[in-house]
Amino acid sequence: MNNPLTFTFALALGDDALIAAQRLAEWATRAPEMEEDIALANIALDQLGAARLLLSYAGELEGAGRDEDALAFLRDDREFRNCLLVELPNGDFAMTMAKLLVLSAYQLPLYTALAGCADERLAAIGGKARKESAYHLDHAALWVKRLGDGTEESHRRMQAGIDQVWPYAHELFVAQPQAPVDPATLRGEFDDTVSAVLAEATLTVPESGWAPGGGRDGVHTEDLSYLLAEMQVLHRAHPGARW
Amino acid sequence: MTEHTPLWEVFVRARRGLAHSHVGSLHAPDAELALRHARDLYTRRQEGVSIWVVPASAITASSPDEKDAFFDPAADKVYRHPTFYDVPEGVAHL
Repeated sequence: MNNPLTFTFALALGDDALIAAQRLAEWATRAPEMEEDIALANIALDQLGAARLLLSYAGELEGAGRDEDALAFLRDDREFRNCLLVELPNGDFAMTMAKLLVLSAYQLPLYTALAGCADERLAAIGGKARKESAYHLDHAALWVKRLGDGTEESHRRMQAGIDQVWPYAHELFVAQPQAPVDPATLRGEFDDTVSAVLAEATLTVPESGWAPGGGRDGVHTEDLSYLLAEMQVLHRAHPGARW
Repeated sequence: MTEHTPLWEVFVRARRGLAHSHVGSLHAPDAELALRHARDLYTRRQEGVSIWVVPASAITASSPDEKDAFFDPAADKVYRHPTFYDVPEGVAHL
């Protein structure tokens, strides 16, 4: 393998996007209204598009003949490198928006930094994906503000969503000094973005020291196994199936 | 939820220099979300460079029942068309 560090990095980012896409797609036909249904499907497809580029590149870097499909559909849970955040069940709509807020507030500065990194392929992917991330962040922020500063019930559920999701944000920013972009350098911008949204939404950042991790090392929650079973069953039953 | 959120009419400008055209309608709880939804629903394939959303309730429309009174009187007034008039010979700058 030419560059194992870049391979691991591209794989982790690709897995984040792939699993996020699969989770968001679960909302199709179930969103609160038709317009939101399409918005969530759009965002899921953006994530899937980024996942395809990143996994294809990871496969090329690995040089073992695995393409994007082999990486997406023929690995088991312990081989996935996505963060735990994206594999968490969707919960209610408020929790899904909390997850999307944290994910997009992380992906936006990440892809922006990537767009200026030395690796040309990653720079091109970052340049494309950051515009999509900006929209995902905008969409999540809109809903978090409306639900947080809405009715008593919507506020309660939005705060509960943030409380559930927040501990999983820490894993995103564990330092990787050798990586094309060190995630630890993105934490400041993330905190500024999210705290501004939460303040306007009259929500509070939970004070908890709990910081679950392990996703980047392949140690996942059991939720990922069920997600993979559904995502991979067709390809495993009918290898190379197309339509 | 849909039945409780207001209806919005969506206007999209296809290119700079063209007027905004009505493309459809959607439901959204407020103007900002209506604009986001319009972006997702009506400009997925680069159909536009600018979007307006207008509360459907803010539009005052002519009634189909008044169609005759509204539009028919114009039918026999051909002199309202510029082609009704002959341009006299020798008029250079009309």
